[in-house]
Amino acid sequence: MALGMPRVARHRWAGLGFIAPFLVAFTIALVAPLGYAIYLSLFRQQLIGGNTFVGLANYSQALSDPQLWASLRRVALFLVVQVPVMLGLALMAALALDSARLRWAPLYRLGIFLPYAVPAVVAALMWGFMYGSQFGLVASIGSFLGVGLPDPLSGSWVLASIGNVVTWEFTGYNMLIFYAALRVVPLELYEAAQLDGASPLGIVRWIKLPSLRPAIVVAAIFSVIGSLQLFTEPESLRNLSPNTLTPVFTPNMYAYNLSFAGQEYNYSAAIAVVMGIVTMIIAAAVQASGRRRFA
Amino acid sequence: MSNPSTRRIPRIWRTAAIATAGLALAAATAACSSGGTSGAGSGSGSAAGGPTTIAQALQTPTTLTFWAWAPQSKDIVAAFEKQYPKVKVNLVNAGTATTEYTKLQNAVKAGSGVPDVAQIEYYALPQFALAGSLADLSSLGLGGVQSQVAAAVWDSVDISGKLVGLPQDTGPMALFYNKTIFDKYHLTVPATWDQFVADAKKLHSANPKEYLTNDAGDPGFVTSMIWAAGGHPYQVSGTKNVTINLQDSGSSKWASLWGPLISGGLVSPIASWSTQWYQGLANGDIASLVTGAWMPVNLETGVPAGKGDWRVAPMPQWTTGQPATAENGGSADSVLAASKNQLAAAGFVQFMDSGPGATISANAGDFPSFNSIINSPSYLSQAPDYFGGQQINKVLAQASQTVLPGWSYLPFQVYANSIFPNTVGQAYTKASTLSQALQTWATQSATYGTQQGFSVSS
Amino acid sequence: MTARTRVGRHSVTLGVLMTVMLAYAWLPLFWLVVNSAKTQASLFSTFGLWFGGRFALWSNIHQALTYDGGIYVRWLGNTLLYTVAGAGGATFLATLAGYGLAKYDFRGKRVIATLVLGAVAVPATALAVPTFLLFSQLHLANTPWSVILPSLASPFGLYLIWVYAADAVPSELIEAARIDGAGEVRTFFTISLRLLGPGVVTVLLFTVVATWNNYFLPLIMLSDPKWYPLTVGLNEWNAQAVTVGGQTIFNLVITGSLLAIIPVMIAFLIMQRYWRSGLAAGSVKQ
Repeated sequence: MALGMPRVARHRWAGLGFIAPFLVAFTIALVAPLGYAIYLSLFRQQLIGGNTFVGLANYSQALSDPQLWASLRRVALFLVVQVPVMLGLALMAALALDSARLRWAPLYRLGIFLPYAVPAVVAALMWGFMYGSQFGLVASIGSFLGVGLPDPLSGSWVLASIGNVVTWEFTGYNMLIFYAALRVVPLELYEAAQLDGASPLGIVRWIKLPSLRPAIVVAAIFSVIGSLQLFTEPESLRNLSPNTLTPVFTPNMYAYNLSFAGQEYNYSAAIAVVMGIVTMIIAAAVQASGRRRFA
Repeated sequence: MSNPSTRRIPRIWRTAAIATAGLALAAATAACSSGGTSGAGSGSGSAAGGPTTIAQALQTPTTLTFWAWAPQSKDIVAAFEKQYPKVKVNLVNAGTATTEYTKLQNAVKAGSGVPDVAQIEYYALPQFALAGSLADLSSLGLGGVQSQVAAAVWDSVDISGKLVGLPQDTGPMALFYNKTIFDKYHLTVPATWDQFVADAKKLHSANPKEYLTNDAGDPGFVTSMIWAAGGHPYQVSGTKNVTINLQDSGSSKWASLWGPLISGGLVSPIASWSTQWYQGLANGDIASLVTGAWMPVNLETGVPAGKGDWRVAPMPQWTTGQPATAENGGSADSVLAASKNQLAAAGFVQFMDSGPGATISANAGDFPSFNSIINSPSYLSQAPDYFGGQQINKVLAQASQTVLPGWSYLPFQVYANSIFPNTVGQAYTKASTLSQALQTWATQSATYGTQQGFSVSS
Repeated sequence: MTARTRVGRHSVTLGVLMTVMLAYAWLPLFWLVVNSAKTQASLFSTFGLWFGGRFALWSNIHQALTYDGGIYVRWLGNTLLYTVAGAGGATFLATLAGYGLAKYDFRGKRVIATLVLGAVAVPATALAVPTFLLFSQLHLANTPWSVILPSLASPFGLYLIWVYAADAVPSELIEAARIDGAGEVRTFFTISLRLLGPGVVTVLLFTVVATWNNYFLPLIMLSDPKWYPLTVGLNEWNAQAVTVGGQTIFNLVITGSLLAIIPVMIAFLIMQRYWRSGLAAGSVKQ
């Protein structure tokens, strides 16, 4: 038999060969810029004085930067509310779709997914109009009901309003992820449950939800990462409420403003690296807690 | 024995290698072929034996790249190319204001993709000038500008003794008001700021939905108002020394006036340039604007329903008999130091701003920079229907003559303006008083300046 | 089979709840359609959620397509280019790589997988400027490559295919092909790819959406409007209202936005049929 070392070696090389083109693109798109960003974060270029190596000075500045931590707390608060709400809605919708008790399920499945097709800038444009407190939909409804409705983009409501835009955009997407996971649940489990006389709610609780655990964890991780990187929606809505949606509203907006308005590429790179590390820690925590809760 | 597996190893690697090589080859090809659009243009600008005067340069085949967002730029380019057929100008709208400045700064930093000419607003000029990114137009042959423009306009383009751009349009401030609303509520056209405050109170108490003007916080507006109050919060000496004092007499005077308007809810919280702002101007909820002389064309296109309702009056004064105004907005055109066609570029700028192009801009609604156009009888006698037949340019020309000289912006004004919302902006959300907020702005601007190597004092 | 496909009693409650959700999803889209039919003037003077003023949909569309020398059509072409090359390329690379990770064992596999997935955590804004500076050195900034190349790496697509291929392509099939003497690449293209169908379509769908809606990176990379994708172009039109002397063309921004989302919606409709049948087949197999 010609099995043995040569064939195993071939498989190894084949595997690497399949992944090589992706790795090239990955290097160009992510690794090289990331490396350059880390390199930049160790220097400081001044308008007067040129480029100097400063070691970890940018990092110690970032770690004690009150504006960075304020924006970080803000997105943390945002995600603690928005992610569970959005995933909860997506879960309920996916369960409804899978229940075989919903007429016209394909219509709901595609219809609720549609907002995902809309670019974030267009979504911000549409919701921005509806939030307009003087002439927008909120005002129209308010005057119709004879009640003064609060400005959705004012200080106390702004996080909820942005949360609404993000939820609108991504609930359908998460719903589909859950629905796809539900569709591959082995049929034998359902048959066994039927034989045992389980109620529909019981099936949901003891079969569907546990089967969804990995999908929920993955969706949670991606949603958390997305929330920590919140940028496009608040940035697009800024002109409607410039003193609430300030340039330092989220960490990403802060880094963006430093880079482009302030030309402080070095400090901005350091902040981005810090944010990347924080994100990875939080994502790992979410994954670990997911594993433990259902153990 | 020939082992089939050893033959297969190279194949996998070969495929991957070919793919990678193909990618790199394609990238290199694209780079070569696309050099034209992103580069600063081809031509014989700096070669030995090339043109030594602007006139010669304009007769040499050249391509220039021009970044601008002003809508009439297209017409100016067309007129220029007609007169100088050997010079081709690529007009690129790289974005409005800060969007363009970001791209310009990025391009300068990267050392590639820098245009030959760029439209730059006055407040951003010092930033580019002090970084050495702009060419000195007087050394390229453009002179005699100082006597042709108002003193304040000259101040804006003469930085550290270099002429860093030619002024395209200016924005001396005036009061644009809705006469129909003023008549309806019996408001007098305010000649002083005290009258302005009185009008604001009167209008808002008569109708809580309406306001004399709007202000949601705009750094250009704040700096211009401090300017008109005689303030000099920013001073620059040499290349390194900067003074930032937003508590000086002019700043405090303005803050004492405007702070109560904000905290008393007497100005509309609608942000300028938003869709709600246009709506408010159209239906009378915003009764007047204190803004630059470029506003008429924006009213005409953005608020068509207001035709016939609006008029122009001089900006309210601090002291009767001592008219003082400020510039708000307006831009210049500059030649980039990285350009390889500086002479031809300077020739283009000259055509655009002090030649036939200036007339094109004035006809498009820009408020001119050169006195010869401002004071020409045909310009002064214009009586647009939108303003009920009022000869508005007479008021605006008067305003341009009373702009206080001696103002400067920071060498990092673009950044300072970008942090306005989280500093001064907090006064608008009632999180702090205007005076405190100005101080915060000054402090954070100073911190940035120090970090950038300037020596900043207050 | 019977337990899943038997149609039970339709629940009214579920129907009502899902209709509420559907209405929520469609409300802004309805706003978009209604307001695309309004002129610039009536945008501000009529109620936002119903028609008003002259019906101007066709003239808005015509104006949007011809404004400024028809630059919208150029933007549409650019977006198509970036999407076909970017999403197509990304899907192909992710499929190859996901398959490799799922079906082969090699040294460094774990490391590569962790690195790639960890990369998702890096904020895009962090990479924007360094990517721009890098591409400028290569004289690639302000070219289509500066938009296409960065979008070729899709860690999410890689993960999806990896998970899908692990189940959908039985290792026995690959072994059998090997014994028959087929090369790995040939096996992939003739056997495995077919089995990966629904997974590939899913990744294609997501990468199409991502590249079609790509905004931030093109904004940084491109300074010449003739290379803009639709998202950046529409934002520029919106910003025009803030310009001194600029034309306010909100009606074109709204109509342009409507036109910009239609192709992706059509893609959804087409692709969801394949994906649905693939998943159903997958569930039967289970």
